[in-house]
This record gives sequence, structure tokens and C-alpha cells, in this order.
Amino acid sequence: MSTTNQIQNPDGSPEPEFPKEHYLNASHGLKSWLLTTDHKRICILYLVSISFFFALGGIYAGLIRLELVTPAGDLFQPDTYNRVFTMHAILMIFFFLIPSIPATLGNFLIPLMIGAKDVAFPKLNLASWYMYVIGASLTLFALVTGGVDTGWTFYTPFSTTYSNTFVTTVAIGIFINGFSSIFTGVNFLVTIHRMRAPGMTWFRLPLFIWSHYATSLIMVLGTPVIAITLLLVGFERMFGFGFFDPALGGDPVLFQHLFWFYSHPAVYIMILPSMGVISEIIAAFTRKAIFGYKFVAFSSMGIAIIGFLVWGHHLFLSSQSVWAGLIFSFLTMLVAVPSAVKVFNWSATLYKGSIDYTTPMFYALGFLGLFTIGGLTGLMLGTLGLDIHMHDTYFVVAHFHYIMVGGAIMGYLGGVHFYWPKITGRLARGFWPHMSALLIFVGFNLTFFPQFILGYLGMPRRYHAYPDEFQVLHVLSTAGATVLALGYMLPGFYLLWSLKYGKVAGNNPWKAAGLEWTTTSPPSLHNFESMPVVDFEPYEFYPPQYDSAEAAEPVTGAEPAPSTT
Amino acid sequence: MISFEIPKLFDFDVPLFPESASTFAPQVDALYFFTLALTAFFTLLIFVGVLFLFIKYRRKSEDEMGEPIHGSLVLEIAWSIIPFIIVMFLFAWGAHVFLVGMRTPEDAREYLATGKQWMWKFQHPEGHREINTLHVPVGEKIKLTMTSEDVIHSFFVPAFRVKQDVLPGRYTQVWFEATKPGSYHLFCTEYCGAEHSQMIGTVYVMEPDEYEDWLAGGIVGSSPVAAGADLFRQYACNTCHENEDNLRGPSLVGIAGQEVRLEGGGTTVRDENYLRESILRPSSKMVEGYLNLMPTYQGQITEEGVAHLIAYIKHLGQEDESSETVASAETATGH
Repeated sequence: MSTTNQIQNPDGSPEPEFPKEHYLNASHGLKSWLLTTDHKRICILYLVSISFFFALGGIYAGLIRLELVTPAGDLFQPDTYNRVFTMHAILMIFFFLIPSIPATLGNFLIPLMIGAKDVAFPKLNLASWYMYVIGASLTLFALVTGGVDTGWTFYTPFSTTYSNTFVTTVAIGIFINGFSSIFTGVNFLVTIHRMRAPGMTWFRLPLFIWSHYATSLIMVLGTPVIAITLLLVGFERMFGFGFFDPALGGDPVLFQHLFWFYSHPAVYIMILPSMGVISEIIAAFTRKAIFGYKFVAFSSMGIAIIGFLVWGHHLFLSSQSVWAGLIFSFLTMLVAVPSAVKVFNWSATLYKGSIDYTTPMFYALGFLGLFTIGGLTGLMLGTLGLDIHMHDTYFVVAHFHYIMVGGAIMGYLGGVHFYWPKITGRLARGFWPHMSALLIFVGFNLTFFPQFILGYLGMPRRYHAYPDEFQVLHVLSTAGATVLALGYMLPGFYLLWSLKYGKVAGNNPWKAAGLEWTTTSPPSLHNFESMPVVDFEPYEFYPPQYDSAEAAEPVTGAEPAPSTT
Repeated sequence: MISFEIPKLFDFDVPLFPESASTFAPQVDALYFFTLALTAFFTLLIFVGVLFLFIKYRRKSEDEMGEPIHGSLVLEIAWSIIPFIIVMFLFAWGAHVFLVGMRTPEDAREYLATGKQWMWKFQHPEGHREINTLHVPVGEKIKLTMTSEDVIHSFFVPAFRVKQDVLPGRYTQVWFEATKPGSYHLFCTEYCGAEHSQMIGTVYVMEPDEYEDWLAGGIVGSSPVAAGADLFRQYACNTCHENEDNLRGPSLVGIAGQEVRLEGGGTTVRDENYLRESILRPSSKMVEGYLNLMPTYQGQITEEGVAHLIAYIKHLGQEDESSETVASAETATGH
């Protein structure tokens, strides 16, 4: 069948045809989707579910920005406002950002990139989606019946003793959802270890795989801790066990340690996969190997490992000892080094590249800029003396949105645009996709840059009403959020449109390197016609195994790149 | 407040920088301006660099390939070592400022502060009480010994650049020396429930003579020390704790802030948190050589009463000295 599916060629060779058999038409009916064990279909299941929660979380974000247009708390009751920002964070973090890239692009691409038929445990993969759905449904149930007002951080003893909202239900929802994360992590680790095609050595892995390996480690080692912690909160609420409430003989700061032991590394669960996507995009659209491949690969591992040791930087003012503060600040500073290494290497990859101006590349550029600002302001917050003033202000809000929205979501959307032709077999490019990247970049900065200033002025987080002098900056921020919302809605339209009207993509519309581009788009049920054998280095453009006539064309500078050292 | 005035076009200013009104504020601000310059430098470096390369190396023809460049060990080492040196410098400077903020000066005037949903209660050393306002004299070191009656709160005065979480079941301290008379925002910065954003107040910094007038005008209750002395008699603490050690209990004169050996080995510093624990749960840390005779006072003395008793105990044996008790950074935040 692949003989009919030729690489699209602008100079007159035949337009590619849509493959006749592929994973989307391998079987039919709702049951074939709900009981599928195909990693590619599970990607679609996740893509649909997390898009729903992204939209819902986005609506909550809009409500927050609407309330904050005026200094007085006049749109919502304080109780309502507290539920709104809590639900915004819980939906966005646990049901969108954490599963986002791994559960969609990771699921789809890891077997394709390493030349496997599927992940190591296909049924576990489906179970992970069901865990997600059950956890998310419980949380939605709590949301509909009254919501939660503890903030996504569930700080005790407020969450255990004082809050009269559905804390236990949501805690159980997140507990169950944690298993989806653990299942995905275990699956990826085993798949990457055991299912690589012949010749796919560790240093021939795309950097996307390295970053997912690091992410999976965090998922497997960190998630149980948040699960246990939330269970303890549930026990304290239901049975009055005194883990955290001093009135019952507990220690409220213990909760903060347990919570951030997972929740800080969780930030790396969100950003590392994005970094993997950025490496793929930059390589494809510069037609160059990523500068310093091994340094970028190991910096992912470095970030994952050091990331486990920095949780105490959320507790500098919590009454944790001054010595602990010093150690956690020191370790936090160390994370800056592998992060800086990545940014410098990506930037250096552009040097003498052949840069194609495509939508994924614009998203990648946006990522570079926003992640740089997010990282450097994180450094400011990790600086002990400065954190005294900035802690729990809008400076923190701005900082983590630069990482989690500016970084993680730019990477996610860049990845969705980049792999859309592979997933659906259709192209979505041109004016509107470019426009979405631009709107998101501009809207994002207008939304969150004023919040840095607000933070240093002293505007605290989670405030429903605020002093008059902060209004101008809040209005700017809300104006930005409006632009940002438009930017996020655009892809929803043109991506769906492309499913029917988009041009047929062909195997490799971007002329990118990597095994995933050698198979049909969309791929067949078993991904490859025969077991691929890897005899090329990562990001080797026009390597010999491209059997189309094009690979043989004499192209200036098209010599296979020498192997990385 | 320093602000950027938008000329003519609009009828408002964009505030950019907060008022600076304490001795600590310039130290934080110096750090802020340094890190801001650093952030701006690297952000511009990346933005300008990336844009330059992006434009310069735009694909010229459909068949063009990137040059096969795979890396440079020298560059990798350079851009690992240079950021490492910068962040270590940042760490050291930040730690220095942090220690200044966390080490409460010995000669500070001690106020008591209690956070509860959703208000701040303060008591002056002379006994004056305030809710959601705090009057302090300019140019004098002020320390607040703080606790919470319910959930975790956080004491934040942006103009002073000071912040400290306020927890139930333990004491934390914050200190500042105001440099400019005026009124300043006080915010709760740890989310504490429905009216979190109403748990705000004002700190009034006054000239010393105005402050004296203010004190003279108020309704004065007993000072914390005097109230503590009353409680000490009322609960008959002096039956066991006399001026000299006796068989039933150790003397409490001059013990505050001192190290003591514990029954079963080890030592501890008798700071506010130790004294609090020993009043509420005496059996948890026994002084070496004593039996577990003291009853628990958990639930019998109010949070404020405990603070007053501690003020009295700290005062014991210090009548002749002008300085208040020592509270180092560790003791202020210890467990």
C-alpha cells in the first residue's frame, strides 16, 4: 500500500494519496474505540478528553480575569471566587497539563519513534485512560455539586479541618487519576528499555524519547507520594486522624513537604515533554542535528533528578529551618544549569541551519522566549532574600504561568501542529495556524507580564478584591487574556476543518528525519510494514533508508551527517 | 510609589515599583535590581540571538540542508560553568539577605500578633491592643511574635519587604525597622479561606513623640508581662516553679533562650516554642532530673494566655537588663 503513498514533492511529482488502510479505519464503532489497545487510538481518546478539560479550565481562567478587572470583589461572592481559582488550577494541572504531551503525543510517537508495534503493555495503556476518566468524572461531580475552595495546594489545616467543600471527593479523584500517570510512566519506561528496533541504540533515540524517559521516572517515583498525601488528608477529614492539624497533634508543615515533594517535580512532568517536542521541531525545521545532542539528553535526566531535591523552595517562609532554606535554595540554583544548557543548545542549533518558517517552528520560538523568561524569574524566586518579598505574590503567578503556559502549552501546541499530519493524515498549515502562534505569544505576554510588576508591588495571590492602585495592571492582564483566548480557540477550528478539507499529508510532509516519518500518515494498525532496522544517527536528514526517489536526488549539503561524538 | 506616567493620553499612572520604607527594603531591592538586570540581559541575548539566526538562516531553496554541525565541547563547558558561577553568586547574596531577615535583632521591641479567620490581632509591649491596624514608631526595631488560632496565615508588609507565615500551634517571628512615617498595606499572603482577601490591615509608622501620644490616648490593658504574672499566680505555677530549683520543678528565672539537658539524653534551647510546648504538653520534653508531675494545660489556657505566660517567663530574671530575650533565626523557626 505504501507504493501509492509517495512523499509530496513541490516540483511536480504526484500528490500523495490518503492510505487505504490505517489505524483509524482498522475497525469501526464506539466499542472499537472504547476497548482499543492501540497506542495511537489511545492518543486520540486522551486528545479529546484533555481538550475538554483545557477548555473548561480556560473558562475558569476567564472568570478569574473578569472578576479582577475591578478592585472590588463585585462579580462573585468570595466563596465562589475561591472555588473558581481552585477549579481552574485543579483542572488545568491534573487533567490537562500533566497528561498533555505524554498521554497524547508520547503515546502516539514513542512506539513509532523507536520502531515498535505498540507500547509494552497495551492493556495497561487503556487502563490508564480509564483511570483518568474515572478520576476526572469524580472531580467534575464535585465541581457540579459545589466545588472545592482549598486552592489546588490543599494546605492543611484549612483543607482538613476548616473547609466545608468537597475536598475528599476531589482528593479521591486526583488519587485515582494518579494511577493513569503511573501506568503511563511504567509503560514508557519498559517500552523504551525493551522495545527499541534493532540498531536503535540509546544515543540514536530522538530527544523526545529522552525527555519522556526522564518524565516517566518522575511519574513513577513522584506520583505515589501525592496519592498517599491526599489519602492522609481524606483520612484526617473523615476519621479525625491528626496527621496535619496541630489541634489534633499533627504538623501542618509536614503536609507542605509531602505535597511539594510531588508537586514540584510535577512541574517537570509538564515541561520536560515540551522540551522533547521543541528538540524535534527545531531539528526538523533547521534540517540539522540538535547541537550537543548528548548534553540535551543528559540535561533532561539532570533536571529530573535534581528536580526531586528542590521542593523545599516552596517553604522558605513556612517556618522550616533556616538551614533547610539554604540547602533548598542552593539545589534550586543548580537546576538552572541544565535548563540553561538546553536553551543555549537549541539556540545554537539555528546557527547555519536551513530554517523553514512553519507554524510549529513559530511555536518553538515562542517557547524559547517564554521559557527563558520563566526560568530566569524562577531563579529570582529561588534567591532566598528576594523570595521573602515575592513569595505568594503575583510574581509567582506570572513565573509559573510562563513555565506552564508559555513553556509547556507552547510546546504542546507546537507538537500538535507538527505531528497533526502524522496523526490524521491531513495538513493544517498556512495563515491561520501562523496567526494562532502569534496571537498566543502576544496575548500571553500581555496577560502575564503585568503580573510580574503586580507581584513586586505586593499584590498577593488568590485575592478576590485588591487595593485600587493595582487596577491598571489587572486591566492590562485581562485584556491580554482576551487575546490569548482567541489564540487558543483558533486551532480548534482549523484543525477540525483540516480533518475533512486539509491536503493529504503523505508520509513525510515536513521532510523531517526519524522513523515516525518513514511510515504512512496515518500509520497502519501495526505502525510499520516490517520491523525497521536503524542504521542512522538521530536527526540525519535524507538518510539512506528513505526509499523514495527523492533521497537519491543530488542535493547540495545533503550528504549524510557524520555520527555524533 | 514610583510610577510611569503615561503622558496626556490616559488619565492614570502605571505603578512600577513599591514604596520602600524599612531598613531591610533597600537590601531586597538591590538584589531585585541585580537579578532583574541579569534576567533582562539573558532574555535579550536569547531573543536577539534567536531572531538574528532565524532571519539570517531562513531556508533559501526547497532542497537546502542545514550544515552538519553537531556540537562543541568548549561551548558546552562554557555555558555550563558561566551560569553555574552566576547562580552561586546569586545564592550567596540571597542567603546573606535572607539571614538578615530571619535573624531577629536582640534589642527589638516585642509585639504579639495573632492571626485568625479573618483578622490580625496585635498587642503592644505596653498592653495596647489593635485589630487590623498596627502602630509602630519610626526608627526602632520591632519584632512580632506571631501565632494563629486556626489555619495558616502569612504576615506581609510590601513596603517593608518582610513576610512570614503564621502557623497554628507554634510561634514564628518577623522583624522590621521602619524608616518613613506613613501608612502601609498589611496583607495576609497564605490563602486562608472565604475572606482571605479581606484579611488586610494598615501599619501606621509614626514619629516617636506622636507614637507616645498615641499610646497615651489609648485604653491600656495590662502589658503581656503583667497579664502573664497574673496567670502565673492564678494557675499556681509558683507552687512548683520557684526562684530556685526544687524537687518538683526547675526554676524559670533566666531560663528563656538557654540550652537545657533533657531527660533521656539530648539538649534543647528553651525558646518560645519550647516554652509553649512545655505549658501545653509538659511530658513531651522533660528537663533532666525531673519527674513527669506537671499536668497538661492543653485547652485550658487561651492562645493569648500562653503568649502572656511566655512573656512573663522571658521577663523573669531580666528586670535589671534593658535588652529583651535573644531569639536567633533558628529558635524563631524551630520545631
